[in-house]
Formats: sequence, C-alpha cells, structure tokens
Amino acid sequence: MTVDTEAAAPAAAPDRPLRLRRVTTEGALTLIGAAAGALGLVWVLYERVLPFTGAIGFWLCWYGTFLVLYAAMAALQWDKLTVRDRVAAVALWTGGLLATAIVIDQVAYTLVRGFAVVRHVGFFRQDMANEGPLSAQTVGGVRHAIIGTLEQITLATIIAVPLGIMAAVFLAEVGGRMSRPVRTIVDAMTALPDIISGLFILAFAILTLGMPRSGLAASLALAVTMLPIVTRASEAVLRIVPGTLREASYALGGSQWRTVLNVVLPTARSGLSTAVVLAMARGIGETAPVLLTAGYSRVTNVDPLHNWQTSLPLYIFYEIQLPQNTEKVRAFGAGFALVIVVLILFFIARRLGGVAPGELTRRQRREIAREGARATAREGAPS
Amino acid sequence: MAGKESGDIVMPVAAHTQTAPSDDTPRAISAMPSTGDRIFRGVLRGAGLSVFVITGLILVFLILRSIKAFKYRGLSFLTTQAWITTNPQHFGIAAILPLGILIALIAMVIAVPAGIGIALFISEYAPQSIRRTLIAIIDLMAAIPSIIYGLWGLLFLQPRILGFDGWLGRHLGFIPFFHYRKPYTPSAYLAQSTFIAGVVVSLMVIPIITSLSRQVFSQAPQGEREGAYALGSTRWGMVRTVVLPFGRGGVIGATMLGLGRALGETIAVTLIIAPVFAFNYHILESGGNSIAATIALYFASFPSAGSMGLSALMAAGLVLFGMTLIVNTLGAMVIGRSRSGQATND
Repeated sequence: MTVDTEAAAPAAAPDRPLRLRRVTTEGALTLIGAAAGALGLVWVLYERVLPFTGAIGFWLCWYGTFLVLYAAMAALQWDKLTVRDRVAAVALWTGGLLATAIVIDQVAYTLVRGFAVVRHVGFFRQDMANEGPLSAQTVGGVRHAIIGTLEQITLATIIAVPLGIMAAVFLAEVGGRMSRPVRTIVDAMTALPDIISGLFILAFAILTLGMPRSGLAASLALAVTMLPIVTRASEAVLRIVPGTLREASYALGGSQWRTVLNVVLPTARSGLSTAVVLAMARGIGETAPVLLTAGYSRVTNVDPLHNWQTSLPLYIFYEIQLPQNTEKVRAFGAGFALVIVVLILFFIARRLGGVAPGELTRRQRREIAREGARATAREGAPS
Repeated sequence: MAGKESGDIVMPVAAHTQTAPSDDTPRAISAMPSTGDRIFRGVLRGAGLSVFVITGLILVFLILRSIKAFKYRGLSFLTTQAWITTNPQHFGIAAILPLGILIALIAMVIAVPAGIGIALFISEYAPQSIRRTLIAIIDLMAAIPSIIYGLWGLLFLQPRILGFDGWLGRHLGFIPFFHYRKPYTPSAYLAQSTFIAGVVVSLMVIPIITSLSRQVFSQAPQGEREGAYALGSTRWGMVRTVVLPFGRGGVIGATMLGLGRALGETIAVTLIIAPVFAFNYHILESGGNSIAATIALYFASFPSAGSMGLSALMAAGLVLFGMTLIVNTLGAMVIGRSRSGQATND
C-alpha cells in the first residue's frame, strides 16, 4: 500500500488510477526464491540429515520452511508491517488453493474410479437381482438405486419446500416476538446430526405409528434435514426484496397476503428456486437418514409406499463395505452417478442464483414489451 | 428492525417506515388487519412454529424410546465403556461419547484456522475474478455428499496419510496424543484411526465455518476499513484491527455450529473408523468410535420395536441430540446477535 506522493502534486497530468495490487518483479522473485530455497534446504535436511521419511511430512516441513524463508527474505527488503502483510497474504492464498485442490480431487477421484464401471452400458439399466459375489463387473447396476433416489427426493421436496418457504415468509414478512427463537432453532437445525432425523422417523413413524420401512419414511427423514436449509436460504432471499415494492403494493391498497403472493414471492422467484435446488442437492446425498428408514433392497421397487427401497448413497454405503473388488468398483459407479446429479443440481442453483431479485429474465422482458405494445394499441385504436 | 421485532405494530406498512425525523412524535397506527391477512399470518406463524414442533417431537420420541434402556442401566449408562446389548446386557456411552468428541476436536483443530483463513482470503485477499469461483467451490464442498467424503477418505486419503501418521508418531511421539504403543511397520496398526476420521470430518466442517464467517467478514463497515488504510495500515493490519474484531461473534458462532456438525457426522466416520468400545486418547492408533457411528452400525441388528438394543441406541441418540442441540443453539444465538447488531447499523 505505498501511495505515490508525486501523483497527488500539481494537477497537470491527467489522473491515472493507481493500481493497488500490481505484481512486482521483486515480489514475485521473493516468492519463487523462498519456495526454491525451502525445497533445497528441506530436501537436504529431511532426506539426508535428519531421520525423517514420508511425503506428506516432507511437504509440511517444506511449507513451514518456505514461510520462514519468505518472511526472512521479505524482512531484508521491506519494513516490519509489510513483511507481516506479505506473509499473511501468502498463508491465506495457500488456504484458498488447498480447498480448491481438495474439492477438485474428491470429485475427480470419484468420477475417474467410477468411470471404469459406468462404461458398461448395462450399469444404469440393471438392478442387483442377478448379481452374486462372484458375478462379473458387467452384471449388476444401479437402476433400483436411481429410481429410489429420484422418488425419495421428489417426495421430500414436496413435503419440505412449502413448509420451509412458509416458515421463511413468516420470518421475513410477519416477524414478531417469535421470529428470533424460530430463526435460532432453524440455524441450530441446519447443523443437526443427519442421523438424528433418521432416528426420529424410526422412533416416530416406524416404531410408533407402524409405518413400514419404505421410500416414504426415508422421504420424511430427508424432509426433516432439508426443511431448515430451505428456510434459511429462502429467508436470506426474501430479505433482499426491496421494501419499496412492498410499500407500492400496500399504497395501492393491497392486503398483506396479496402483497406476499403477488409481489414478494414472484420477485424473489429465482432466489427461492436456488434455495430449493440447493436443499435438493443436500438431500440427495444424505445417507444416514435413509439408512435408518428405507431398508435396503437389491431389486427394483418403484413403489415408495411399500417395501424396502434403496437410494444411491445407501447403495454406496453397503457396496463399499463388501470385500470384493467388483463391488467396490460398483460403489464408485454409483458415486459417479451421485456426483453428477449433485453437480447438475449445483450448477442449476448457481445459474438461478445469478439473477438478482427483481431482475427480469429475457422472457419476462419480452412479455412486458408485448403487454406494453398491446396496451398502446388498445389506447391508440379509439382516438 | 425494531418495529418488526416488537410485534405490537399491526399494520404491515409500519415495518418499513423507520426513518422518521426525531423531533416528530409518530402517530400511533392502529389499523386492523383484514380477515384474510389474519388467516394468512396465522398459517405462516404455524409454519414458523413447526420447527419447534419438530424439535419437540424429536425430543419426546427419543425420550419415549430410550426410557427402557435408561431404566435398566440407570447412571451406569454414563459410566460404562462397553456396548453389549444381548444377554448379559452391559452397555454405556463412556467410551463412544468421548471418542466422538475426540474426533470432533481433531476436526476443529484443523477446520477452525483453515475455515477462517479461507473466509478471510475470499472476503479480503482474493481478486474479484477468483472470488466468485472460490465461493462456488466452498458451496460445492458443502454440497458434496458425506458418503463421497467417506469413499475419498477411506480409499484415497487413508493410504496416503498413513506414512504421515507414522512420521507423527515417530517424531512427535513425546506428545501423549501422538504416542504410539505398537510397531509402526504393518500400516494396519495405524489405519482406521481417530486421527484419520478427524481429518476427513474437518474437511466437511470447513465449508460451514468458511461460509458463515465470510458473511460476517464481508459486513465489516467500509468506513472503518478505509479509515485503517488512511492511517497507513497494510491490508493485514486492516484485517487484524477492523475485520477480525468486527467478525469475532460470527466466527465464534460459526465455530460452534461447525462443532455441532462435527459431533454428529455419521457416514464418513462409520466408513473410516474400526469401532472400539474402550476410550483411548492415542489418536494415531487404529480404532475409534462415535455415537452416530454406533447407531449406524448396530441399528440393523434390532428389528423388533421393544428390544433393549434399539432402546440403547435411542438413548445414545438422545445424548447426541441433546449435546448438539445445546451447542448449535448457543452458536446460532451468537450468530443471531452479531447479525442483529449489523441490522441496526443500516
């Protein structure tokens, strides 16, 4: 943050904006020098002098040495405050890069390992009915799990979304004494252990009400985990709907329910869809609630109300624990499908979320233009 | 905000007219909402209160189902390190509760600095072009199913981290936690340990801590930031004197919500640990457990509703639920307070 003092002097030259985050040669060279120096030093000490072994340990030591060397080299050139600033920046950059690398690694690892079995055309068309411990990789698939996942997430969305959005409207539009405790409990429920919702449905619906283990029971458990996610995300969206829109509606004599239904919710539509899709992405990957409530089936069961059903995460959970390599590969195949579904939902959510509340889509703008043209035509005709 | 919270203002318009000049006394507004509005609000209030109903129902049914186990074991449920629910029924949470807490603590030791660091990087350091991508990546990290974390941890991370485990044990073994009582050579002695489970859980907690703290950091007042710069501060100086103090409440709340998540993580832990029922603080040694993993592993063995085994699992689940509910509610309250403070500012 060094401000050029001469730039502030006489206003002869036209103002040029100061670039605050320019990469300077000495900054880059210091970084590279520290990295290379640390690599050499750690290699000599770690591999030759000290009795250390192991790749992860090596890179951890390298990173520590790199930070120290970088700080030392920076101290040779800059003052103390700048040194701290530079070291903190480097450390924080590492955090960001590391998180990115881990996410990419997880997704890529699952996709690559899963690809081995997904190539077989039959994998998505077969269930596990004809599969045995010694079956070839080409026998057996995930059809039943995909059907189960789709049915369960649909039912769970139908249950959780209306309730969740209504709770969000309560928090954002009605408020009152109860809004703060409700918000606190919703926040607390978002981090509730996923197995608790399964245990709750097991204790309540299955053991007490006598509902069988089925897709519907699993959907109920999923709905319990999705509800707070929908509510929190929707409330955040409803809060940024401009107050002027509501006031305009009230000034025109609209009642509150009219205002909410015809002004607030349509304005926030894209954000609400993001909330729903994100909650679906979370719900689709939940294993623990389904584990306790859906049972486990190796054959296709399209009826979510009766008999046991399997979903993709549950399928992975059971397959990965089997000793045969073919079963592990099938688990990765199901993981492939699951990751693809989650990624698709996630990108849909990002696309929808890119639209600010009140911003019109191209179709809406066309509609408005057409409406306007019709109105002018109507008014123009009699005169 | 104040008008909205107090609840005695009946006309909806009033919620948005807060900036009256101070010397006027505002007229008391006492409009009656229409019947439609009253029904509408009633329905919404019902939906809002449903979260209380659900939480209450969870509590009630877990208690109902666990009475049998509590009655049979009494206080020794809390002091027994075993899980034998068939005939010489001898079970308690004295091993699985602290083992689960140990996993959560390891996760927090890694996730809190990493999460805060990434949040600071996103909100303060990252160039605008990277920022959106990084936010998306952290959101994606939260959306990746826990079963995928489990797969990745079991088959990708574990073979690669075992060497590091041995390294830690050999060179930092003087620290009691890293002390290791068996030879290092067959790596099976090191596999499926509390430490590996903790590392995987930490990756699942990082996005929670990051996204919550990032939201608080990005709300640090612009005027104070520029003030710090104007006084000659570096970027890090500004972060330390403005952003971090401003975000302290949010960070504490985010940490507690992350802890709640770490305590209850089920599937990844179940896949990774080799379940044991004796407490052992040597985190590098094979074997670990948690309440959630015990439930996931044993629930299938007890199909009949009245069995002691199921009741024991419900009792353990009740303990887990109570613990996480307390931690999460405190965290949510801290976050809510930091949020409402920001609301009065604007």
